[in-house]
Amino acid sequence: MDINPILLLAALMVASTPILLAAIGELVVERSGVLNLGVEGMMIVGAVCGYIAGHSSGNPYLGFVGAAAAGAALSLIFAVLTQFLLTNQVATGLGLTMFGLGLSSLIGQGSKGSPDLTVSKLHIPLLADIPVIGPILFQHDVMVYLSVAIVAGVWAFLKYSRAGLILRAVGENHDAAHALGYNVRAVRVLAIMFGGACAGLAGAYISLVRVPQWIDGITAGAGWIALAIVVFASWKPWRLIAGAYLFGGVTVLQLNLQAEGLKIPVEYLSMAPYLATIVVLVMIRAGRAPASLGKSFHPST
Amino acid sequence: MTLLDLQGLTKAYPGVVANSDISFAIGKGQIHALLGENGAGKSTLVKTIYGLVRPDAGTMTLEGAPFTPTDPRAARAAGIAMVFQHFSLFDALTVAENIALGMENPPKQRELAQRIREVSENYGLPLSPDRIVGDLSAGERQRVEIIRCLLQDPKLLIMDEPTSVLTPQEVEILFGTLRLLASEGTSILYISHKLEEIRALCEHATVLRLGKVVGTCDPRETTSRDMAELMVGTTLMTPKRDGEALGDDVLVIEGLTAPAPHQFGTALKNVCVSVKSGEVLGIGGVAGNGQDELVAALSGEMPVDAAMVALDGQAIGDLDPNTRRKIGLCAAPEERNGHAAAPDMTLTENALMTAKTRLGLSKNGFLDWPSARDFALSVIEGFDVRTPGPETAARALSGGNLQKFVIGREILQKPRVLVVNQPTWGVDASAAAAIRQALLDLAGEGSAVVVISQDLDEILEIADRFAALNEGTLSPAVPTAGLTMERIGLMLGGAHDMEAAHVEA
Repeated sequence: MDINPILLLAALMVASTPILLAAIGELVVERSGVLNLGVEGMMIVGAVCGYIAGHSSGNPYLGFVGAAAAGAALSLIFAVLTQFLLTNQVATGLGLTMFGLGLSSLIGQGSKGSPDLTVSKLHIPLLADIPVIGPILFQHDVMVYLSVAIVAGVWAFLKYSRAGLILRAVGENHDAAHALGYNVRAVRVLAIMFGGACAGLAGAYISLVRVPQWIDGITAGAGWIALAIVVFASWKPWRLIAGAYLFGGVTVLQLNLQAEGLKIPVEYLSMAPYLATIVVLVMIRAGRAPASLGKSFHPST
Repeated sequence: MTLLDLQGLTKAYPGVVANSDISFAIGKGQIHALLGENGAGKSTLVKTIYGLVRPDAGTMTLEGAPFTPTDPRAARAAGIAMVFQHFSLFDALTVAENIALGMENPPKQRELAQRIREVSENYGLPLSPDRIVGDLSAGERQRVEIIRCLLQDPKLLIMDEPTSVLTPQEVEILFGTLRLLASEGTSILYISHKLEEIRALCEHATVLRLGKVVGTCDPRETTSRDMAELMVGTTLMTPKRDGEALGDDVLVIEGLTAPAPHQFGTALKNVCVSVKSGEVLGIGGVAGNGQDELVAALSGEMPVDAAMVALDGQAIGDLDPNTRRKIGLCAAPEERNGHAAAPDMTLTENALMTAKTRLGLSKNGFLDWPSARDFALSVIEGFDVRTPGPETAARALSGGNLQKFVIGREILQKPRVLVVNQPTWGVDASAAAAIRQALLDLAGEGSAVVVISQDLDEILEIADRFAALNEGTLSPAVPTAGLTMERIGLMLGGAHDMEAAHVEA
């Protein structure tokens, strides 16, 4: 066989980035006690909006900004419905996914892109020239590093900042947090919007970097994998990276194996990343979920 | 010296005036009791002081300055601290994180941990800042709340029913801490309906009834009975029974032996007792001596050998609860929420669940909802359960009201034998009196009643005979008439055979 392990590992980071971005956003949302199953919908709306914003402005980074804004705006619908109108979070999240899939199709009709728009790879001085490690770790585009930086930021925010402590408290026991005078709704709306923005970025990474073009249904279930990985990571940021890179790694590996013409039906190879994720999910003892996860909160009670 | 002065506080909710023109003052360093039954408006009043509720009318003055907290943070900043009845703690967080959440400007974690250790030592409340709150006992969790309050040097500490979850030893520690605080000049507003505690701790009491101040007193010089009557507003009725003759044995327990159902359970050892028609048997004992297991064996939750339990001569020890209900044995376990009633289901549904068999509330496998609703309504009316209606979820009822509903539901099925565990636990005085009267009335109609309780006064008040449960062994039942506390104490301690031993010697 002829697979280059260095290229494989380098591709792994790129393949994992959208899932990692979407998952870190959802992790913050769930730590605040909200279960938003609309990740897939927010991702795909981010994908189409990022694509249009990037190509119409000619600047891919403006595309990412637009995608984050679109994801946050869509999540705001979810926030208003679940936090103020007290709708069921599971049903609303599922609805958001369906709405997002349809909306993205509508927005994306006839959108044209130019082949010149590319997100340039960074070439980090010195580090990028290290043999083996350089090409794997230090020759990616800025979004790859941003996704890892967001994970680190979220970890530090939850562990060390007072705002992070309040967010965890709201997710743990919203009645107690309310009794202590914290604004449960405000905290949750902000968390949901952060989750939406991250999902938007994740979608735009697919349509601007990974594929890169716009097709209907481009996210292909990545949002659901992100949701699963949040649980598998026991709501802990660092474990999220392991989960996302495992899924991304198996995805890239099976693509390479397909290209090699391995004598296994393609369908089995396509299944592999999902199977691997499920197997790991089953094997790892999931940690404790935030105690108020998925419960509606009404301040008068 | 007055710390907090309340003038004419009024707060109305749709359909109910929770507080009406409430005025009183709390002095510096005073331990002030706020007394009242469930629904008297105590909670609304303290929420007003703590900034969770804004009054419709009235003023508060703190140390001479107007005090109008808009949220709990403002109240905390002004020096008001509160320990909640249901702890407002976060299980997954550490002690230090929980405490930091309750402070306006918490210091750095390391510094905070140091201060937690200092305060916990100074006030005799041992607590380690790094432990996860979910692993702590009820008493330790309360310490977290108290220390959280103390770290802010409060002028006024509000304690809402603080002892309901504590062991007697923990109550003593708590009282020591509160007295020390008061001696240092902190005022304490102590809310409770446990009158003996208030008499032991407080120097001044304000009594609320139906949202109004109905009296003040010095608890050290007022009897519990007088305070209870102030709270209830009428002369407290002592349960009375008709002196009817007892009938034949209805429930016979013979050699009831069962292994402990789980790791922390108690095995029942050769329990023998019988209860006659029209008789109330009281079973006393410290919790954890086999009460739950005895109820389970009688209700049918824990089947035993058929011959061990007999009802009207029929061996029923191996039957399931529904079959026993059909024959005439009903039971009301201790835990209201989750055992005696399903918290998230409505009162109608809860009524249906135990009454279905005896009252024929299902036909051909279909439930008869109109009849179930009528039955729930008759329980609500017959037992003065205060609730908007039978469609209310069980968990929305206060403890006393739900207990009245649970007991009423069983009594209205007119059982031959009723087994109740802790029928008035956590229930206010008038509701407790009503429940006891209902049990006596049931016995008066010829049923046999078994009351398991830790409240010895309750047993002496309503039971004909008394037996003590000690490590799974039941003492012989003795008539309650002429029973002294000393004798009861000996029986509870397991020395049932002492007298016999004396006689033999």
